Amino acid sequence: MKTAKKSRPSRKPTDSLRELGVSLVHDISKSKNPEIVLPIRALSNVEFDKKNRTLVLGDKLSTRSFFNVAHAKKFLQTIEVAAVSKALLREGKHASLRDVYYQVKRTIPGTKVNIVDEQNESDSVIEDLELITGNSREQLNINANKNGSVAGRVIVEDRGDTIDWSKLGSGGWSIPSNVEDIKFKKVNAKFIVYMEKAAVWERLHEDKFWDKHNCLIMSSQGQTTRGIRRLLQRLYNEFNLPIYVLTDMDPWGVYIYSVIKYGSISLAHISEGMAIPGVSYIGITADDISDYKLERHLIKFKDTDLSRLKQISEYEWFKDNKEWQRQFKMMKQMGSKAEIQALSARGISFISERYLPEKIRKKAFLD
Amino acid sequence: MTKQITKAEELAKFQREISVSEFFTKNRHLLGFDNPHKALLTTVKEAVDNSLDATQEMQVLPEILVEIHKATDDRFRIVVEDNGPGIVKEQIPRIFAKLLYGSKFHAMKQSRGQQGIGISASVMYAQLTTGKPTKITSKISPKRPAHYYELHIDTKRNEPEIITDREVPWQKDHGTRIELELEGTYQRGRQGVDEYLKQTAIVNPHLHLVYLAPDGQRLEFPRATKEIPIEPKEIKPHPYGVELGALMNMLKDTKQRTLKSFLTNDFSRVSDKTANEVCLKAQLKGTEKPSGVDSVSIERVFRAIQQTKIMAPPTNCLSPIGEELMLKGLQKEINAEFFTSVTRPPSVYRGMPFQIEAGMAYGGDLSSDDLARILRFANRVPLLYQQGACASSRAIVQTAWRNYGISQSKGALPSGPIMIVIHVASVWVPFTSESKEAIAHYPEIIKEMKLALQEVGRKVASYIRKTVKAKEHREKANLFEKYIPELAHSLSDISGEKKDTIEQGLMRLLRKLLPVLINHENSKEIQTKS
Repeated sequence: MKTAKKSRPSRKPTDSLRELGVSLVHDISKSKNPEIVLPIRALSNVEFDKKNRTLVLGDKLSTRSFFNVAHAKKFLQTIEVAAVSKALLREGKHASLRDVYYQVKRTIPGTKVNIVDEQNESDSVIEDLELITGNSREQLNINANKNGSVAGRVIVEDRGDTIDWSKLGSGGWSIPSNVEDIKFKKVNAKFIVYMEKAAVWERLHEDKFWDKHNCLIMSSQGQTTRGIRRLLQRLYNEFNLPIYVLTDMDPWGVYIYSVIKYGSISLAHISEGMAIPGVSYIGITADDISDYKLERHLIKFKDTDLSRLKQISEYEWFKDNKEWQRQFKMMKQMGSKAEIQALSARGISFISERYLPEKIRKKAFLD
Repeated sequence: MTKQITKAEELAKFQREISVSEFFTKNRHLLGFDNPHKALLTTVKEAVDNSLDATQEMQVLPEILVEIHKATDDRFRIVVEDNGPGIVKEQIPRIFAKLLYGSKFHAMKQSRGQQGIGISASVMYAQLTTGKPTKITSKISPKRPAHYYELHIDTKRNEPEIITDREVPWQKDHGTRIELELEGTYQRGRQGVDEYLKQTAIVNPHLHLVYLAPDGQRLEFPRATKEIPIEPKEIKPHPYGVELGALMNMLKDTKQRTLKSFLTNDFSRVSDKTANEVCLKAQLKGTEKPSGVDSVSIERVFRAIQQTKIMAPPTNCLSPIGEELMLKGLQKEINAEFFTSVTRPPSVYRGMPFQIEAGMAYGGDLSSDDLARILRFANRVPLLYQQGACASSRAIVQTAWRNYGISQSKGALPSGPIMIVIHVASVWVPFTSESKEAIAHYPEIIKEMKLALQEVGRKVASYIRKTVKAKEHREKANLFEKYIPELAHSLSDISGEKKDTIEQGLMRLLRKLLPVLINHENSKEIQTKS
């Protein structure tokens, strides 16, 4: 039997994968049902560490055994992905999540069963494998898609190339999935504005917001990828740059902020390496609606929005936060969401000329 | 000076009374006589419906005999005989040989027939197509003789024409027998007499019926219960359900002396207070003589009624089949694995009380490749035509069957080995036409239907889950043999052990664990606290 422990010192990935295999073969030779034990990755097993202000994985474990009708396929997927990773490490190559999916995806001979049907199955198994081996996805030579852009007065060195983030035209620098080996040569900025929407980033970039306010602007599309979270964290830790998060005013936007600040539920095992408890929320807040006269530019909540809002307001890390509870209450009363782009109703550059400068000047942030 | 003939006078030459036969011939599609096949079915249907209503009124267990004999290539002789209360001698000619004569049209009561047009329309059709009179035998008591009539309809005057009238010996204690010869075609299948009788037997499990088909085959539908449906109570109309014209007629015919007492006595659920409110809103005193109220005032009364809050009508006037008896009916006539049924509480549309029942059968002889079979009933009468135009079809299509593990294409009936039964009981079933084939799309009715369908859907879903899951489980257990080579291969990759050794070890384990795997329903990952 193989037990994963949190915060186990990282070992060489090839060793940890071999160990997994050997322990299972041992089970089989002892005529025991081979099983893998791993922590449960769900809200039920996530704790909020009040001291460090990050989400950490609890100690509830689940057992995945091969001779169990409900587990067999997942078990097979886990070992298949482990074998793919082992081959990548042996050949010194990196694969994308999609590559791994295709390496594993095939129909088992004599059946109609595919080892994986959808990519989210292999993605989820890769995250399991991080817990089982104690190695991160990147250490297993698997990279996510790059996603997100950044611009500002920063010069970095990446794989021997020197890149100036202020001289990259309309697209900015696209953030790679692994930023561990990036070297910062020069950082000239007072703060970072991070936003959940690429379109808003393009607005700020066109308005040269980063130039006028001497800051960095960074975005992804939707959920923040690990590469971006790690880049934010490095800039925060190594250069003391305050980070202001800009999202839609809806439960999904709040969760994007929550992930950057405290860590995510499904990846609670890597919170330590990614959470940035010092980030602040700049908007859109429920108060902005009346302050900036956005009442007539809201979108009605759907049932799923409302139930997600309820879920989030009950998360341990928001439960005792009076200011956020007030925000949730107002959102519920309004029964509507406000997108960042609602500000465009006040003028296309309202966001860069008035909204953001004003909020930063007044330090109107939520913690 | 020549006398000028005005246009009106010219037109007057062509204006005359329309005879019922002309009316009937031109409108027979409205009455269910559009083609010879349907004419045969409609005739059997009207006669059997009458027999069922009659036996129920008398509270006796119905014993019905249906015979169809082939007279010539396109003519059939139909006999329907029951053990009902019989009909008093004087009424026989009018009931069978006068159109629009009956007891049910005016009664606010749940009954199979409603318009009083059914059986006499068949008599008319028989007369028009074969010229033969209809033969009626009826007896009301063992102590009284049976009366035998041969009847025609005087089609000019809509009055019975008696051809023969005599007393005959009859073995029965009481009952009625009708015999007609008409032009028709006989077909089996979904819209034939056989199907109609079978469906009738499902929703009338207290019925014992013997059927002699034209080919000489004898079919018997046995009785599943001795419980006779309770005779529904008659109620007064509810103000919300009365149309302006009907209100005018009621005012003209009432025995009440004032408008107010007319409102409180001739309607249900109208209290003194409600009547005062209506009069006040109509700007009337309430002391007016009902027949003296002018038409403008009647319109105001009509509008005042719509604007006044009036309690929903009483619902104890309905006689549903009941969940248990509906199950019994289905079980005796349908060969399936699983049956379920539900009776909804009564509800109201436009002042008319109604009640919905639904049933479902799953598996067995029902074909799994076709769309669901739908059986529709109104006051225990099968509806075989115009399924698409019926409110029940809309309710079925709008129900999300996939939630219940039943496949359904968008905007279509569900498919699979299922049969869906819907029964509407009401004092006045709103049909889309006089031939009583489809129920009108009242939102209140569709809503109740959907609730009933959801309820039976849930029960079927849990049955499907149980049986289908068990089967899936067995199949999954058998997959291990195929998984093992794959697992052995990749496990050998990461452990460095020989693939054959691992594979043999796994096969050994499988042989040991297989019986457990097949029986054990362990669906969740086991949680342990470290």
